[in-house]
Amino acid sequence: MLTELGQFALALALPVALIQALVPLIGAARNAPAWMAVARPAAFAQLGLIGLAFAALMHAFIVNDFSVVAVFENSHTAEPLFYKMGIWGNHEGSMVLWIAILAAFGAAVAAFGDNLPPTLKARVLAVQGMIGAAFIAFILFTSNPFTRIDPAPLQGNGLNPILQHPGFTMHPPMLYLGYVGFSMAFSFAVAALIEGRVDAAWARWVRPWTLAAWTFLTLGIGLGSWWAYTILGWGGWWAWDPVENASFMPWLTGTALLHSAIVVEKREALKSWTILLAIVTFSLSLLGTFLVRSGILTSVHAFASDPTRGVFVLAILTVAIGGALILYAIRAPRLEGGGLFAPLSREGALLLNNLFLATAAMTVLLGTLYPLFADALDLGKITVGAPYFNRVFVPLMVPLAAAAAIGPLLAWKRGDLSAAMTRLLAAGGIALTVLAVFAALNGADLHGLAAAGGLGLAAWLGGASVTEWCARNRPFASGALARIAHVPRAAHGMTLAHFGLAVVIAGVTASSAWKQEYIQTLAPGESIVVAGYTLRFDGATPVRGPNYDAMRGQFVITKGTREITTLGPERRTYVQPQQTTTMPALLTTPLADLYTVIGDPQGENGAFVTRVYYQPLVPWIWAGVILMFLGGLTSLSDRRLRIGTPRRAASVGAQPAAAE
Amino acid sequence: MTRKRRRLYFIALGLFGLFAGTGLVLSAFQDNLVFFFSPTEMAAKKPSTGQRIRIGGLVENGSVNKNGETVTFTVTDMTSSLPVRYTGLLPDLFKEGTGVVVEGHLGTDGVFAASEVLAKHDENYMPKEVADALKKSGRWQETAAKAKTIAPTAP
Repeated sequence: MLTELGQFALALALPVALIQALVPLIGAARNAPAWMAVARPAAFAQLGLIGLAFAALMHAFIVNDFSVVAVFENSHTAEPLFYKMGIWGNHEGSMVLWIAILAAFGAAVAAFGDNLPPTLKARVLAVQGMIGAAFIAFILFTSNPFTRIDPAPLQGNGLNPILQHPGFTMHPPMLYLGYVGFSMAFSFAVAALIEGRVDAAWARWVRPWTLAAWTFLTLGIGLGSWWAYTILGWGGWWAWDPVENASFMPWLTGTALLHSAIVVEKREALKSWTILLAIVTFSLSLLGTFLVRSGILTSVHAFASDPTRGVFVLAILTVAIGGALILYAIRAPRLEGGGLFAPLSREGALLLNNLFLATAAMTVLLGTLYPLFADALDLGKITVGAPYFNRVFVPLMVPLAAAAAIGPLLAWKRGDLSAAMTRLLAAGGIALTVLAVFAALNGADLHGLAAAGGLGLAAWLGGASVTEWCARNRPFASGALARIAHVPRAAHGMTLAHFGLAVVIAGVTASSAWKQEYIQTLAPGESIVVAGYTLRFDGATPVRGPNYDAMRGQFVITKGTREITTLGPERRTYVQPQQTTTMPALLTTPLADLYTVIGDPQGENGAFVTRVYYQPLVPWIWAGVILMFLGGLTSLSDRRLRIGTPRRAASVGAQPAAAE
Repeated sequence: MTRKRRRLYFIALGLFGLFAGTGLVLSAFQDNLVFFFSPTEMAAKKPSTGQRIRIGGLVENGSVNKNGETVTFTVTDMTSSLPVRYTGLLPDLFKEGTGVVVEGHLGTDGVFAASEVLAKHDENYMPKEVADALKKSGRWQETAAKAKTIAPTAP
């Protein structure tokens, strides 16, 4: 019954979205308030209907209603409730989550966008309605989550065991909050193009949405990476897999957008570039959805490779990108240029940031799509692997991170580089010391020197972030607490995010350069020494989980004479689907992870093939991502973004600005 | 500074980015493209030893031979086969008779030295490259690929 209600609500959401897409748009063009006012109730109705569909689907999963195909194929009675509630572990459910988040963002604009000019608000919601209508149609016509089977099976096929992990359960919602959140920037950009006007007020309305999307996307990518690290058992956290790239490209351009929107807000410059970035960022989000949903890529995300789905998403992609770019081509030249600035200025630094991020995104895009094109054009089957990305991406990130240290210290319009560098003497000193120490320790070859350079860079950016924060807040002078409270939260957020980036760089560098891997057969009682730790293998015993049987190895870890802990890596065989997975066990310390994996039994004496990794500074990667996430949240809580949104200055003419 | 000047800087910066990006991409492409071959193509093209390649096919039944951490097995597309040696833990889904993708290089002894063995995440799943390779050699069976067949009805 509830399932039918969900189906009905989902079907009803389509006409509602179409109304939301058309009526306010016409109203805005004719300046008819009654027509524009339709947007608000339509957005709420859409959220209510899709929320109902979402709840109905979750209900079907929780009560094990195997008469629903999506539940039958992806759930099992023995699964823990937490994983049943993660209804997005399959194609249909994940698309429902996608539109639910889209509807929530639309309703948020309707609810909190009272200070938006009515025409802009109507147009933003109309564009949101178009995106919503396209994706609801996609779900209804190609991936209906409520399709039934008759007779209903007694048991389900179960969720792919490697998806049964808390990191993975939380990964899609966070990622989608990011992906779909960028639809807000897109809608605002398209609405501004239709209006023909972009100004500081516009940028200030767009920023919180972009920031929110960026914040969650950062966390989503981090969670995905953590999931891969802790469950796949190969000891890596990033492989430049096309699916990873699909989420990383919008992150890169989204980061650029975040920074260029600041220039629009403060200086009214870089307007049309910012609009273009907003379009590109959401386009890359759509491309990511296409890549992982169409089955064109082979990965864990390609739940189903139904070609009609790919074609449908590709059509949405073409219309959205093509339409937005045509609108851009027509309207962008009419956007008035803003304040002038010298190359050496805050604007200049932010522009540099944009340049590197955009270039990096394009190189990642090229590497990701090249094999697809090569295959389509019959140029042979090609893989563009991690070495390509490392060689292209790292050289682009080094100057970016180095400049991120200096940028915040430059003044708007015309900055003084030598003054900024003088203030960074301490940070530079620390960075050079770190560089020298690690170069002396490991710098025998180019590899070691590069690693030392990476750590030096991290120290430089981290030191500069702290310097900038201290200069702004003067924490050791009197009245520091009041001052810190008074400084805009956005400034604190920037410091946190930049510092987090420095921590990530340190973690990435150290774990790439000094990871140690040991593969060996161990009989019970035998031990190996890894990075000063002694790991004694005490054999493996069978254990039983809620929906799997496992062999759990036992490693007793000692350092010197002190026994630290016991690790129990598992090799699990799930009941349904019958699938074996590896569950590594980790000892996490502030400076490294000790990562143990157990493989196949060897011979009769209880020996097993085992693998042990020493992973220096990997915990720093997660810490850095969390810092960046917290930075985003802090910045979001800035009261300027919450309430002090400016009314559009009366002096700004109502007519679209003339061409330059 | 005039608007023209500023635009000039902007364009110069953009061009610089474009050139830097293109240069990096081209140089990286040159060394790091990894071609995918089926065992038949391996036999026909005889790539030089040391070149990084990926091969894909089925793990031949009865060919897996584990000796401690080192495993040898044969990858086949039912027309030709290629012996592979790999040291390390095999992925969980590695099984005889299922699809596999192996990355590495051809050793001087004619055995493919694998540095990575990829057996993807789902037991019913056939790597796309492997499916294509099997189709090419005419040994593809549609029925084998479609593991889950249920007839959904409309609600």
